[in-house]
Amino acid sequence: MTEFTPPEINYYAIAPILIMFGAAIVSVLVEAFVPRRGRRPTQLVLVIGSIVAALAVTIDLRGTRLVTGAGAVAVDGPTLLLWAALLVISLLGALLMAERTIDPVGDSFAPRASALPGSDDEQQFARRGYLQTEVWPFLLFAITGMLVFVAANDLLIMFVALEVMSLPLYLLAGMARRRRLLSQEAALKYFILGAFSSAFFLYGAALLYGYSGSVGFVAISDALTAKPSEGTLVALGVALVIVGLLFKVSAVPFHQWTPDVYQGAPTSVTALMAATVKIAAFGALLRVLYVAVGGLRWDWTPMLWIIAALTMLVGSIVAISQTDVKRMLAYSSVAQAGFILIGVIAATPEGLASSLFYLIAYGFTTIGTFAVVSLVRNASGEATSMAAWAGLGRKSPLTAAVFSLFLLSLAGIPLTSGFVGKFAVFTAAIASGGTWLVIIGVVASIIAAFFYVRLIVLMYFAKPTEDTASVAIPSAFTTIALTTAAVLTIALGVFPQWLLDVLEQAGVFIR
Amino acid sequence: MNPANYVLLSAVLFSIGAVGVLVRRNAIVVFMSVELMLNAANLAFVAFARMNGNLDGQTVAFFVMVVAAAEVVVGLAIIVTIFRTRRSASIDEPNLLKY
Repeated sequence: MTEFTPPEINYYAIAPILIMFGAAIVSVLVEAFVPRRGRRPTQLVLVIGSIVAALAVTIDLRGTRLVTGAGAVAVDGPTLLLWAALLVISLLGALLMAERTIDPVGDSFAPRASALPGSDDEQQFARRGYLQTEVWPFLLFAITGMLVFVAANDLLIMFVALEVMSLPLYLLAGMARRRRLLSQEAALKYFILGAFSSAFFLYGAALLYGYSGSVGFVAISDALTAKPSEGTLVALGVALVIVGLLFKVSAVPFHQWTPDVYQGAPTSVTALMAATVKIAAFGALLRVLYVAVGGLRWDWTPMLWIIAALTMLVGSIVAISQTDVKRMLAYSSVAQAGFILIGVIAATPEGLASSLFYLIAYGFTTIGTFAVVSLVRNASGEATSMAAWAGLGRKSPLTAAVFSLFLLSLAGIPLTSGFVGKFAVFTAAIASGGTWLVIIGVVASIIAAFFYVRLIVLMYFAKPTEDTASVAIPSAFTTIALTTAAVLTIALGVFPQWLLDVLEQAGVFIR
Repeated sequence: MNPANYVLLSAVLFSIGAVGVLVRRNAIVVFMSVELMLNAANLAFVAFARMNGNLDGQTVAFFVMVVAAAEVVVGLAIIVTIFRTRRSASIDEPNLLKY
């Protein structure tokens, strides 16, 4: 019988995770014990307070570079940077979810998600002004999962984090106040495909464990250098793990859920999900590829090369034929995943830094884009059909201008953050020999620019009709989120150097 | 018995689950197929733990069981909601979101 030695855990280094997790549990208790009237303010204070506290600790941790919890959690430069980005973007997402003045009937969530759509119960709940405050614990658990996901240094923790992140989001996707059938359908599709993909991830993890005798990334990497012969087991394991993660970043051919879920989910949730899940999943994908299976670079590069090219082209081309703004933005997010993959494939420190820059820039722009979508409304709720956006530039010049800014950033026009991001990943890819991929990327950007600019033209150069939607006046919540997103989109485009410096100091993943 | 056979069995179960998700039309059956895939992974973890001579794989299996249970809660909640709305658990019928 050997002596059991408990693993050393540096609690301060993982304090941001612990703060969010603790807040999530307190938030569940608030649901149970605080009277209905007081829940919303209590939850808001809890959510915003905990995110700010976690962010403060993250900033205080800068420069930390350690592995803790028996090698399970890595807190290094990229982790801290991703934590900071995830926390800030979640804060903006939380503000969007808290908004309740743009819809005269209440916030964007169903008064009771369990009530049948169109039933008497539902109308009664709505009349009494009930709010589904359970969205806040879901949000906090999802954030906890994301923070663990990007710091996970072994496959088990990564799997658990993947589920902790995803399960609350499946539910949030199904809780829209309006168009509830669409929302529930989105939740079902998201759940089935999400569970399917995590099963792939898990089986891949089992194969890698069988090969290396450990689920730790460093042990897997060591096993790859020590016994490089057992090809099939490793190749299959790596492929399955990567497929599981590519589902989450919505890369072609694993993108089928993206348009449906982005369109059906409440727009505030779509904003949060589109920005943060992509960041968290790419963070995890980068760590797996660079730390665990970096030794197999020549085996996974061709596979990812094809996926990146397909993702960019399919995302951009299919987006052209969309008539729904949310759905078009969903396909645009598929295309953006392809551009980020270019940086991932470079597999150099520059590739890592450029992917992280792109992710952060993309996150802020996306949350701003969907924030604008949530403001454009007609009598039946959000007007997402493109016909309703015709002539919006004349009716509401400011909103249209802000939306154009975000679209130009997504298209990668200079002086916006999107341009710097694209430029950085393309440069990193060319430096590591990915010229052909960059050429495909440039072609895809041109195709993508077409549908972004088409929407701008529609807003400014079409005459407003009686179908044209009007823009709701938001409260401080959405205004703050939208302003922050817009300011950062310009700031990262005009003065990108400070973030590039931070990225350079952040360095590479710890081994 | 050679533990490698259990790995083969797990691969067979995983494939059955994956095919089940793709071809079955009832949300509950699809969901059961996903659970079959997760448990196939569990079997693989335990068999590999035996082959590798360490306990990591068995520990993982415990975690996966808990995660799978949480997934059942969320999944059934979503499926029951859809069923109550549409009076059907078919995954082909919710088709408002397309193209």
